[in-house]
Amino acid sequence: MKPENIMPATSLDETDRQIVVATQSGLPLVPQPYHAIAQQLGITAAEVMVGMRNMIDTGVIRRIGVIPNHYALGYKANGMSVWDVPDDQIDVLGKTIGDLEFVSHCYHRPRHLPDWPYNFFAMVHGHNRAEVEEYVRKIARLIGEADRGHQILYSTRILKKTGLRIGG
Amino acid sequence: MDELDRAIVNSLQGDFPICDHPFAEVAGRLGIAEQELISRIEALLQNGVLSRFGPMYHAERMGGRLSLVAMKIPDSNFEHVAEIINAMPEVAHNYARDHVLNMWFVLATETADEHAAALKKIERDTGYPVYDMPKIKEYFVGLRLTV
Repeated sequence: MKPENIMPATSLDETDRQIVVATQSGLPLVPQPYHAIAQQLGITAAEVMVGMRNMIDTGVIRRIGVIPNHYALGYKANGMSVWDVPDDQIDVLGKTIGDLEFVSHCYHRPRHLPDWPYNFFAMVHGHNRAEVEEYVRKIARLIGEADRGHQILYSTRILKKTGLRIGG
Repeated sequence: MDELDRAIVNSLQGDFPICDHPFAEVAGRLGIAEQELISRIEALLQNGVLSRFGPMYHAERMGGRLSLVAMKIPDSNFEHVAEIINAMPEVAHNYARDHVLNMWFVLATETADEHAAALKKIERDTGYPVYDMPKIKEYFVGLRLTV
């Protein structure tokens, strides 16, 4: 199976790339943020807005808005639930589980047998571990007999956390 | 956080407009003044309720390569290996997890070749194998927190 992320990606033109670099850590908090970026880059506001709309259409920008900090909002427990499910059922299960409001990331990933039998990942957020475990039981009920084994991996320590960045 | 802060967090997780006066447009929907909205977002960023405000980019769609990588590191060597891994600019997040595979990080590079080279470098510098888990398919990525 070919990982999705080595499929040909949208290549950014130079203007798009400049817009990404100028906005990847956030939009300026001024009444006309797109004009401010345009001024910074020496292009027109229309160019910035067209570039950003195109990047939304091509999926380069997932969305624009506020990114809440789970932890500050009381979602202090997060568990990476990992599942061994039959490959031929995974897409159907992925749609169902990915739609659950307590799941923030949901992926099909490769197994590494014999050490790692799990091919389906769902990151679950709750206020505490008991809530995370309740949500995981809910996922288990939805997966039903296709669940050939699962685990919850909790993070015990953040070793590094920096945002993804592309260079200027 | 008061009602207005909650309304801002709940209603602005996805479709901030692209137009000449986007804050004015959103403020109008919420029934408040443009400057009030800007000040509220500023304060929510400052007190850590929001980690960011702006576009959320899709790394692979920009042409980059991203994967989740796990390693099995003995306790006696864990801190040393963590230092080596964290020092690499290609590593974005790194977490200790309660499993035999006890170190999990996101490796992000601009090309597939750089990705392969980074994995080789990690194995060479640490002496432990990597379990590379690039996504085969993504079903959902996002946050739908209601506060």
